[in-house]
Amino acid sequence: MKFTMTVSPDFSPDYIAGWYIFNTWLQNQTNQAIHLELYNSFDKQREDIKADKIDLIYANPYDASMLIRDKGFVAIASPYRKTDEAVICVNSESEYSCVEDLKSGCTIATADDPEVSTIGMIMLEPADLSKENVTIEELKNYVMVAKSLIGNKADAGFFLKEAFDDMSKFIKSQIKPIVTSQISVIRHTFLIGPDFVNNSGISEEDFRQLINSMHESEKGASTLKSLGFEKWENQDHEEAEFMIDLMDTLVS
Amino acid sequence: MSTVELKYHDQSTSSREVSDEEVPYPEGKLIVSRTDTSGKITHCNQSFVDMSGFEENELIGQPHYILRHPDMPAAAFKDLWDTLKAGNKWKGYVKNLRKDGKYYWVYAVVVPNIRNGKVVGYASVRRKPSRTKVNECIALYKTMLAEEQS
Ligand SMILES: Cc1cc2nc3c(=O)[nH]c(=O)nc-3n(C[C@H](O)[C@H](O)[C@H](O)COP(=O)(O)O)c2cc1C
Repeated sequence: MKFTMTVSPDFSPDYIAGWYIFNTWLQNQTNQAIHLELYNSFDKQREDIKADKIDLIYANPYDASMLIRDKGFVAIASPYRKTDEAVICVNSESEYSCVEDLKSGCTIATADDPEVSTIGMIMLEPADLSKENVTIEELKNYVMVAKSLIGNKADAGFFLKEAFDDMSKFIKSQIKPIVTSQISVIRHTFLIGPDFVNNSGISEEDFRQLINSMHESEKGASTLKSLGFEKWENQDHEEAEFMIDLMDTLVS
Repeated sequence: MSTVELKYHDQSTSSREVSDEEVPYPEGKLIVSRTDTSGKITHCNQSFVDMSGFEENELIGQPHYILRHPDMPAAAFKDLWDTLKAGNKWKGYVKNLRKDGKYYWVYAVVVPNIRNGKVVGYASVRRKPSRTKVNECIALYKTMLAEEQS
């Protein structure tokens, strides 16, 4: 049997090679044939999840809900100490110094990332801003969001905190954060689907053990490094369910 | 600062300090708590502890009305419980009372925690409210409270 693994399309392009290395490591450890399918569209990936084409996934908290509650996926682990946070930035010369300075009718630049957009829109609520009274400029990536701020096209932009932190010094000197989320409980999670659990010949417990002890071997540790992770942290079923409950309070 | 005698739905009472000083909502944070099905706090995050002014061990196991502010009308919480009991999500603006008598406004979303088809508890996630909405609620809750007391 051949399985398919995928990664939430919001992964940083720096780690594409890392995901291939992880897939090779996983195939060696499990003796299973696993094909890695990467998507650049959230919608196309969701279509394939709905069509039961995915068996293993590094999922964003948004999709984790559908995967766990509708598709019977099981949460295995999240990257140690990594949580998903968003930053709202403006041009560093601008007069905006807090969210409340932004007014109805302003333009917000975003990269196509539903999770960051959700957290970003929540952080705009105190300024009475919503999808109804702002113009959203949807761009391909975070560098383009920064450029839109620098060129004074958008008033504010949403960034994944990690992406903001990784921006060049030159870009960072031209934009300034006005608010950063500190949600700390919402995170990407590695999940396995019912087909993999039932047909791979590896029990959920053994798989969990394999992933969570990955950093203990030299090969595992270097593979994790290529993903930008220190190690995995176990996510049990209740932790994942609770994260989904929290996500549910954030989406309208 | 004045001392107010608060009466709760379970007939218990407590006398609490109440002051008119507001504590601003912490930027970018979510204030999270969980309760059992009766409304007793089972978990809370650090922001919850920090904003309440209580120690974590003073909160766990206590009924959630420990944060109830006398300016909140009973009808708001009746609506909250009716909505949750019907299996739905409740959203609203809440003025909370801290241990030191100060208050803070939140926009809260409360959901039932459903596991294997059963409600095992509730979770509330609060975020920074819009001032415009808070001002509307100040007026609205005042009217509601006056009606309840008449
Ligand atoms: C998950 C959850 C969170 C709650 N959070 C608050 C809160 O922050 N402040 C508050 O006054 N009541 C909160 N309540 C409502 C209380 O349980 C209670 O109904 C309210 O304080 C009124 O108390 P009383 O009905 O005993 O007078 C919460 C209830 C639930 C289920």
